[in-house]
Amino acid sequence: MGGDQEKSIIEKFLEENVLFLGPDQEIMEDHSVVPTTPRETEALGQFADPDQINLVRHKLQTACNESFDMVEQMGAAPGAKWGDLISGVWTANGDLALASMGGVLIFSVLTQHPVKFILKYWKDDPTVGLKDGDIFMHNDARYGNIHNTDQSLVLPVFHNGELICFTGAIVHEGENGAIEPGGMPSAAESPFDEGLKMSPIKVGENYAFKRDIMTFLQNSVREPKLQLEGMKSKFFAAMRMKARVEEAIAEYGVAAVIATLRKTLTDTEAEVRRRLTCWPDGKIRTNVFADGTLRENCLIRIRCELHKKGDELIIDFRGSSPEFLNRPNNPVLASLKGMLAQEFLSFVWPDLPRNQAVFAPMTVLTDRRSALHSSADAPNAQSMMTFFPSFTAVQIAVPKYLYSSSHRATDIIAGWYNMIVTFIYGGVNQYGELVGNVCADLNGMGGAARWNRDGEHSMAPIFAPMADIGEQELIEEEVPLIKIVPHRLMQDAEGFGKFRGGHGYQQIATMKDTSMWGFMCCSIGSKFPTTYGIFGGYAPGTLPLCKVKGVNVFEIMKDKRELMRFTIPQIMNERPFPGAKYSTHHMGLQLEFAKPGELYMITQGGGGGYGDVLERDPELVSKDYLDGLISILSVNNIYRVLMDEKTGAVDYTATTAARLAERELRKARGKPYHEFVKEWETEAPPAAVPFYGSWKDRSLIYRGSPDDTCPADAIVPIMMPNPKDLRIAQLEAELDAMRGAGGARA
Amino acid sequence: MSNQRVAITEYLEIDLDAERWHCRRCNHDIGPARSNYKEGLLVHNRNPREVHRPILDESYPFTYAPDPLWCRIIEFYCPSCGTLMENEYLPPGHPLTHDIDLDIDSLKERHAGAKGKTNAAG
Repeated sequence: MGGDQEKSIIEKFLEENVLFLGPDQEIMEDHSVVPTTPRETEALGQFADPDQINLVRHKLQTACNESFDMVEQMGAAPGAKWGDLISGVWTANGDLALASMGGVLIFSVLTQHPVKFILKYWKDDPTVGLKDGDIFMHNDARYGNIHNTDQSLVLPVFHNGELICFTGAIVHEGENGAIEPGGMPSAAESPFDEGLKMSPIKVGENYAFKRDIMTFLQNSVREPKLQLEGMKSKFFAAMRMKARVEEAIAEYGVAAVIATLRKTLTDTEAEVRRRLTCWPDGKIRTNVFADGTLRENCLIRIRCELHKKGDELIIDFRGSSPEFLNRPNNPVLASLKGMLAQEFLSFVWPDLPRNQAVFAPMTVLTDRRSALHSSADAPNAQSMMTFFPSFTAVQIAVPKYLYSSSHRATDIIAGWYNMIVTFIYGGVNQYGELVGNVCADLNGMGGAARWNRDGEHSMAPIFAPMADIGEQELIEEEVPLIKIVPHRLMQDAEGFGKFRGGHGYQQIATMKDTSMWGFMCCSIGSKFPTTYGIFGGYAPGTLPLCKVKGVNVFEIMKDKRELMRFTIPQIMNERPFPGAKYSTHHMGLQLEFAKPGELYMITQGGGGGYGDVLERDPELVSKDYLDGLISILSVNNIYRVLMDEKTGAVDYTATTAARLAERELRKARGKPYHEFVKEWETEAPPAAVPFYGSWKDRSLIYRGSPDDTCPADAIVPIMMPNPKDLRIAQLEAELDAMRGAGGARA
Repeated sequence: MSNQRVAITEYLEIDLDAERWHCRRCNHDIGPARSNYKEGLLVHNRNPREVHRPILDESYPFTYAPDPLWCRIIEFYCPSCGTLMENEYLPPGHPLTHDIDLDIDSLKERHAGAKGKTNAAG
């Protein structure tokens, strides 16, 4: 037998005996649109009138919006109700061509992967197949997604036996049977702690769910009724969209639908390329530091270099932190790309169609097994903790292109607040049912300052321009979580600047009428800000989790109302409840069971500022002071405005003098660049800070200590010690020292 | 001003003919446009708590203020008018960022023929 023939037999054997169909990296790492197929070329030849294509596109777009509304109205998951979803139409090649205008636009660039997996592996597999009436689902981010709390459902649409497209929806469903309730376990130390992990799977045939699979899925999560209801709402939305596609085929012909979907993708990519040519060529660099994993504080460097040339944009993250093998803050590369696309879909070109072609002209460079391109071995339920700051790295770079661009569709803005500051909960509700999910008020992120006005307060999440924060009274009807202060703006929490960022709100939560209830939080930014200002504008500050244990505020409310306080600073600084324990923490809280009336307090963040604080109109400073947004300390010491504290009347003469004096002080304290660098720069990260990522040389990666490095092209993943083990060791050492001081004891 | 100026940020512009960075507030000549503009500015290492003051009692470990051992604010001032043109939030000792590195030849080509005008943002 010849060598070639032998090789061929071995290859054939291996192809026919694949032991495990893991995530396909060819699919997962390619975000480009599939080239036009002969069938699409034929359809484009038959249906080429731009006006007619526009009509069909609007019909399909309306169908996407209609089905989005259906899911939002029918869905029982909090995420569905606040719009944490999209619905869309995928081409027969698996590319997302049209999606609902609202909702979580990240999904617009990372829902194609499971459809492409179905086409590549299941369509021709005799044990699975792809036929009219099939229903497919998936939720494992390693096959395309953000994290596995999101579940997608797609239906193939056939016409006379020909696959025309797919319709479907993807929704943040919440509970998924992970190690912690609610769907986003920050305690996960491996993918197996993250609960239900569906690779693309056929869950129904003949337009009906298979009861055996449904029962399995329901048994895999803490909220079985929610699982059923979520699947049904997505299914009926997909069916409605399928009906609309069929109506379009009946009215305009099948070629019209195929041509419209293809042309939407082609035109979107061409328009993005045209707009990129309006930006100046060159490189813009930013450095962003995530300050934790949700289990511990550490500095995770996100090194970002944008290189724009002609009609292409390269986003280079090489030199960033390694992945954390036993922490859930690791994005899959495709998830990172989805979040980056959000910058362009929401903040730069919101007038473009929502589809994956928006991101096609971008190239993303990463180191394998970095925190931005994690392996299938790493958990990813809280990938947002790394890809949100990565988004910010790009968001604060883009204004340096846009300012001199010959085309702009939006204002130039600073860094939007970028963390999901809310409570995740789990326990038994007032009706005796086991529940676990997340509160919608994570959506009140403070808006960034713009080049012509202040940022809006508690405006919208970075991942969804149109999303709701929910009604507290309605939430309290379903769960025993009570917000004593649901949404109260936080003083001095803005990014100061010529135009200031919008503020976030304080949330003071407790619980009652339940036999078991726990809280979780999942945000970083307690030591190092997570978003930033631009052009001299400052970041917003950092944010703690505050707790008051050993108190029942419902008892206080009964007969000691004079002790009640309704802001976090008042409660924490005045310590009004006798015998209670007051503490502050970073905002990564793993499931902690609470007692009725104990307080858990967090603060939604503000947006970054724009421009020099000394250029802020003193009247705007006065207004913010009178509105309680800033303290007199900030008025005097940050903005250098002098005013009557009672009336807010600005003393212009004194303010001008104070600002002039501050400019002179700056010139006196500032050092020439090279002199400063000589004193400032160090060869390696400080030993006192656990630092991850490159320092001076992007090819050398630090792993938490100046003495522990690895090459960027051969990253050694990080295994973090259990913070409780570290705490025990610290306490044991203290105990030993005390025993030593007092004499040895047996 | 006869030379063509292109505004790159709120406070920075490039004189395309002379290939120089300038302050947009006081016209100070910062340095060559093909170099890092920060090299022509004054730099100060600021304790972040001067800007983001602790809102909670400082006996708590987390107070709404950044940890000065982890985070510093590096401020860049115009040497002439003292405008705060940029800042960076960095760990102590971290190399400063050469943030704007434009292709000057391409920029000149793009703006050729539009002499005397500033850009739309200016």
